[in-house]
Amino acid sequence: MKALAASARRRTGFHINTVGTIGAAIVLFWIVIAICAPLLVPYPVGKIVDFDFFGPMSQKFWLGTDYLGRDILSRILMGARYTVGIAFAAVSLACFVGVALGMIAAVVGGFFDTALSRFLDALNAIPSLMFGLVVVAGVGSSIPVLIMTLALIYAPGSYRFARSLAANTNTMDFVTVARARGEGTVYIIREEILPNIIGPVLADFGLRFVFIVLLLSGLSFLGLGVQPPNADWGGLVRENLAGLPYGAPAVIFPSIAIASLTISVNMLIDNLPTRIRDRSA
Amino acid sequence: MNSMIAGLIIRRVGIMLVSLVIVAFAVFAATELLPGDVAQILLGQSATPEAVAGLRKAMHLDQPAILRFGHWLGGLVTGDFGRSYANNRDVADLISGRLVNSLKLGAVTTLFSVPLSLFLGVTAAMFRGSFYDRLVSVFTVTVISVPEFMVATLAVLIFAVYLGWLPALSFANEVHGLGELLRVYAMPVITLSFVVSAQMIRMTRAAVIDTINTPYVEMALLKGATRRRMVMRHALPNALGPIANAMALSLSYLLGGVIIVETIFNYPGVAKLMVDAVATRDLPLIQTCAMLFCLSYLLLILIADVVAIASNPRLRQ
Amino acid sequence: MGNIVEIRDLAVAAKTDSGRVVDIIKGVDIEVAEGEVVALIGESGSGKTTIALTLLGYTRPGCRITRGKVLVAGRDMVAMSEAERQHVRGQQVAYVPQSAAAAFDPSQTIMEQVVEVSRIHQLMPPEDARRKAVDLFRALSLPNPETIGARYPHQVSGGQLQRLAAAMALIGDPEVMVFDEPTTALDVTTQIEVLRAFKSVIADRNMAGIYVSHDLAVVAQIADRIVVLKGGEVQEVAETEKIVHTPQHAYTKELIAAFHPVERAPADPRAMAQRNAILEVKNLSAGYGPTGSDSQPSFLALKDVTFRLAAGESLGIIGESGSGKSTLARVISGLLPQSSGSVTFEGRELAKSVSGRSREELRKMQIVFQLADTALNPNRPVRAILGRPLTFYHGVRGRQREAEVDRLLDMVRLPAALKHRLPSELSGGQKQRVNLARALAAKPELILCDEITSALDTVVAAAILKLLDELQRELGLSYMFISHDLSTVEAICDEVVVMYQGEKVEEMPTNRMKSGAEHPYSRLLISSVPQLDTNWLDRLEQDNELMQAVAGR
Repeated sequence: MKALAASARRRTGFHINTVGTIGAAIVLFWIVIAICAPLLVPYPVGKIVDFDFFGPMSQKFWLGTDYLGRDILSRILMGARYTVGIAFAAVSLACFVGVALGMIAAVVGGFFDTALSRFLDALNAIPSLMFGLVVVAGVGSSIPVLIMTLALIYAPGSYRFARSLAANTNTMDFVTVARARGEGTVYIIREEILPNIIGPVLADFGLRFVFIVLLLSGLSFLGLGVQPPNADWGGLVRENLAGLPYGAPAVIFPSIAIASLTISVNMLIDNLPTRIRDRSA
Repeated sequence: MNSMIAGLIIRRVGIMLVSLVIVAFAVFAATELLPGDVAQILLGQSATPEAVAGLRKAMHLDQPAILRFGHWLGGLVTGDFGRSYANNRDVADLISGRLVNSLKLGAVTTLFSVPLSLFLGVTAAMFRGSFYDRLVSVFTVTVISVPEFMVATLAVLIFAVYLGWLPALSFANEVHGLGELLRVYAMPVITLSFVVSAQMIRMTRAAVIDTINTPYVEMALLKGATRRRMVMRHALPNALGPIANAMALSLSYLLGGVIIVETIFNYPGVAKLMVDAVATRDLPLIQTCAMLFCLSYLLLILIADVVAIASNPRLRQ
Repeated sequence: MGNIVEIRDLAVAAKTDSGRVVDIIKGVDIEVAEGEVVALIGESGSGKTTIALTLLGYTRPGCRITRGKVLVAGRDMVAMSEAERQHVRGQQVAYVPQSAAAAFDPSQTIMEQVVEVSRIHQLMPPEDARRKAVDLFRALSLPNPETIGARYPHQVSGGQLQRLAAAMALIGDPEVMVFDEPTTALDVTTQIEVLRAFKSVIADRNMAGIYVSHDLAVVAQIADRIVVLKGGEVQEVAETEKIVHTPQHAYTKELIAAFHPVERAPADPRAMAQRNAILEVKNLSAGYGPTGSDSQPSFLALKDVTFRLAAGESLGIIGESGSGKSTLARVISGLLPQSSGSVTFEGRELAKSVSGRSREELRKMQIVFQLADTALNPNRPVRAILGRPLTFYHGVRGRQREAEVDRLLDMVRLPAALKHRLPSELSGGQKQRVNLARALAAKPELILCDEITSALDTVVAAAILKLLDELQRELGLSYMFISHDLSTVEAICDEVVVMYQGEKVEEMPTNRMKSGAEHPYSRLLISSVPQLDTNWLDRLEQDNELMQAVAGR
C-alpha cells in the first residue's frame, strides 16, 4: 500500500476529466459574458422593443421578451454582470477575511482563537437568507450593501474551514521545526501553512461562490436584492413570474442561467484531482 | 458515566445561550444601529424636527445603544416583543397564529424528508460507485445547485400547470376534509422536502462512507460479513453522531427554504410575515421573527449535539 | 503433509491517483504446509501485506489481482464468487490486524465482536460461542477472562487488544491464520507477552499461518520458514535457521548485517567528565493541561529529570511510549516551556521558550524529527528547505546559498541534482537525509534527534546511523538521541538514560547496558528487545510480576 501511495504522490500535473472540463468551460463562458456584456447585447437593456409581452423565442428575439416587452437575451447577458460580479466580489471578500483570520487563529491559538471561534460560530447560527432579510430591512438594498452582507454571511464558514485546515498543518513537524528555528508568525503562515492549504481553500472558494449566487438570487427573487430597473438573474425570475403559467421563456431562461452556472462550478470542483481537493486529510 | 454526559450537555446548553446573545446582538445591530435614525425613517422626510424628537424620546432612541440592547433583550426574555410599527398590534399576537402554521409545515416536511433521506443516503453509501449511487449523487448535486425558488417554480409548472393536480399560487384559510388538506400542503411540502433532502442525503452518504473506510469495517469484511452487515452493524452505529449533525445542518436549510416557499405559495406562516415586514420596515416584527428562526436553528444544533454525545460509547460507559 | 496454502504466480496491480496502473506484486509463488508458520518479511512497499490479504480473497481499494492462483485447501480464492469468499473468511482463513486498536469497532463490546464470526457463519449457539471465547481469552493469558469481554475496546490496553484480536480470529477454528505485523505497534515489553501468547496457541492447535513482519528477530521466534520479499518479488525462501545463520541472497545478507550494527567504541568516561558540558538539564519538569495551585500542569509528562551531556558526546534517551522522552526534546528546544527546573546550554541558562532565546542560541541547537514525511514541507523543493536556515541564521543568499545547498547535500551523501525535487519525490532514506541536512545548515553544536531512524527500514536506518557517526567525527557534533530502539542507541551513543513514566530511572555507559543495568525496569526493557536467535523467546526469563505491572498500565 505504501508503494502505491508513494507512486501516487509523484507529481502528475493537472489531470481534469471530461466532466470537469465541461464545468470549467461553462464557468469561463459566463465570466467572459459578465466582462463583455455591454458589447454583446443586441438591444438596450431597459428599452421596450416588442409590443408583445412574454413574447416567444423568435429570429428577432432569440430568448423572447419579458413582461414589458424587453429583450430577455440582453437582460440575461447584463444580469450576468450583477450575478457573477456581486457573487465574485462577495466571495473574494469573505474568503480573504475568513482565510486570513483562520490561519492566524490556528497559528496563534490561545484566547484569540477561542474567542474568535466562539463569536464566528454564533454568527454562523443565523440562517443566511434570514440574515440577508434583516440587513436589507435595516439598511436598505444597494450593491455595496449586498456585497458586504453576503461576505459577512459567508466569512464565518470560510474562517472555520481554513482554521481547521491550518490547525492540521500547524501540528506538522515541519511547522514545529520552523518554530524551533525561531521563525515569526508571518513567515510560518505565509511559507509553511498557506501553500499547504491553498488547494482545498480554492475548492471551498468555488463552493462558497455557488452558495452566494444562490442566496443572491433568492434575495433578488424576494425583491430584496438588485433593485429595478436593473436585474440580476434572480430578479429576472421574479419580474417574469407571472409568465410561469404560460411557460414563458422569460422565466425559464434566467433560471437555466443560474442553474448552469452553479451546477458547472460544482461539476468542476467535484472533478478536481483529489490531490488538490483533499489536502486536508 | 452519566454525570459526565450531563456535564457535557449542560456545557452545550451554555454555549447555545451565549450564541443566542451574540446572535441577538447581531440582529439588534443590523436593525437598530446600522439604519441610523429609526424615528426619521418612520415619520418620513417631511416630518417636523419636533415630531421626530418626540418619537425618538418615546422610543428611547436617545439612550445609549447598549442600554437599549439590554432593554430589548429583557423584553424578549419576558415575552414582551414590542408593538408592530405597521399596524400597532402586539407582535406576540401577530406571530402566535402564524407560528403554528410554520411549525406544521416544518414538522410535516421533517417527517417526510428525514426517513427518506436516511434511506437514500445510507443505501447510496452502501452501494458506493454503483449506477444507483451515481443517480442519487447527480440528483442531489442538481437540487443543491439550484435556488429554492426554482424547485418551487418547477413544482408549480409540473403539478399545477401541466398536470393540474394541485392549486398553484394560493392558499385557502379554511380547509375542509383530508383531501383538501393534502392538496394544500402538498406543494409547499414537496418543494421543501426536495431542498432539505438533497442536503441530508449528501451529508448522510458522506458520513457513512467515512466510517466504511475505517479499519474496523475492513475487519468485519475479513470476518466474512456481508456488505449489508458491514454497513448496518459497524458503519452506521459509528456514523450516528455525524449523521445527527448532518440532519441538523440540513434542517437549517428548512429555515431558509421556508422563507422562499411561504412567499411563493402565499402560505400564512412566520416567514411570510417576516418578508412582508421587511417590505414595510416593521423592525420589531422583523427582530422577533429573526430571533425565532435563530432559536429554532440553535435548538436543532443542540439536539444534534446531544444525540452525538449520547451515541458515543466512550461517554455512554 | 500437503500444502494448505499454495500461491501460484500471483500478480497484483494497483491504480495510482493519476490513473496509472502499476504492478505491486510481480508473480509470486509461496506455499504453506499444514501446521507450518511461514513469515513474509520485507521492507515497506515489498508487498507483504498485499500478499497476505489475498489469502482472504481481498485486496485493498484500488488494487486488483491480475493473474495467478491463491489456493486455500485446494480452492482458488481468486476464482471464487464474492459469496463463496465470505464463506471462507473467518471460518477457514482468519486475519489478525496490525493495529487491533483500529480494527475493533468502538461502538460494540469486545465479546460482541469476538463472537461475531460464529454469528455470521452460524457456527454455534451464542452461549457456546461466548464460553469458547472465554476459553480463548484464558489460553491467550488475558487478565480477567470472564469479564474482559464485557468491556469496550477503549477500556483495555494495546497489548491486550492485540491478543483479543487473535481470539477474534481463533473463534471460528480457522485452518490458516494471517498475522499482519501484529506486534509492530506495541512496546517491546508488551510485545513479549503477545508473542508468547501467539506462539502457544499456534503450537496447541497445530495451525498453519502466514506471519507478516518487517522485524527479522520477531519472525525468528515464531516462523518455521521465511520468505524474503522486495519490490513485490520473492528474493529468498528458506528455513528460519538457514535465513538467520546462512543467508544466500545478497538482500537477505544485507538485512541480517543491518541487524548487527557495529558497536560503538565508547568514549573514555574520565575524559568525558573533564570535557565541558554542552547541555545540562536540572530537575526538569513539564507537562500539559492547565496549571494547578502548585504551579505544575495537571498532567506531568516529565518529572524532575537531571542529566548532563558533554561536548562531542552522544547521549541516548530510551524508553517506551509515555515515558516522556519526546517531551524532553520539546522542552530542551523551547517548544514546550518547563514548569520547573533549568536547561543550561554551553554554560548559560536558556529561556523557557523559543521567543525568549537569541537567534544564536537557537542556531546552535537543532532538532530533527522522526517522520521525514511530516518534517519536510511537501510544497517546497529541497533547495528551499535547505536554503531557508542558511538565510535565516547566516544571511547567505543567491549563488553562495546555492553552493552551500550543494555542499550540504554532499555532506549527507546525496547528489546535488536532488535539490530541485519536492519531498514527495524522494525515498524515505533520502528524506531523512534532507531532514538532517536542514539541521546541519544551521552549523549547530548540538542536534536533538527524536526517533529519527524509527520509521525507516532496517537497511536504510543502518546507513543513516553510519552517516550520523561520520558527521560527528567530521564536525565535532554532540547528539541527544531519543529512541525506543535499543540497538540504534547502542550503535551511536556513549551514554544512555532510561526513562519510565516521565522519570529518569537510570543512566549508564552504553556498553554496560546489557550486563550492568541495575534498575529492574531497565533490565526488563533491555532484556525484552528481540534477539536474532530462534530460541531467544523460549529461553527468556523475566520478572513476571514487574512485566505485568508494566504491561497493564
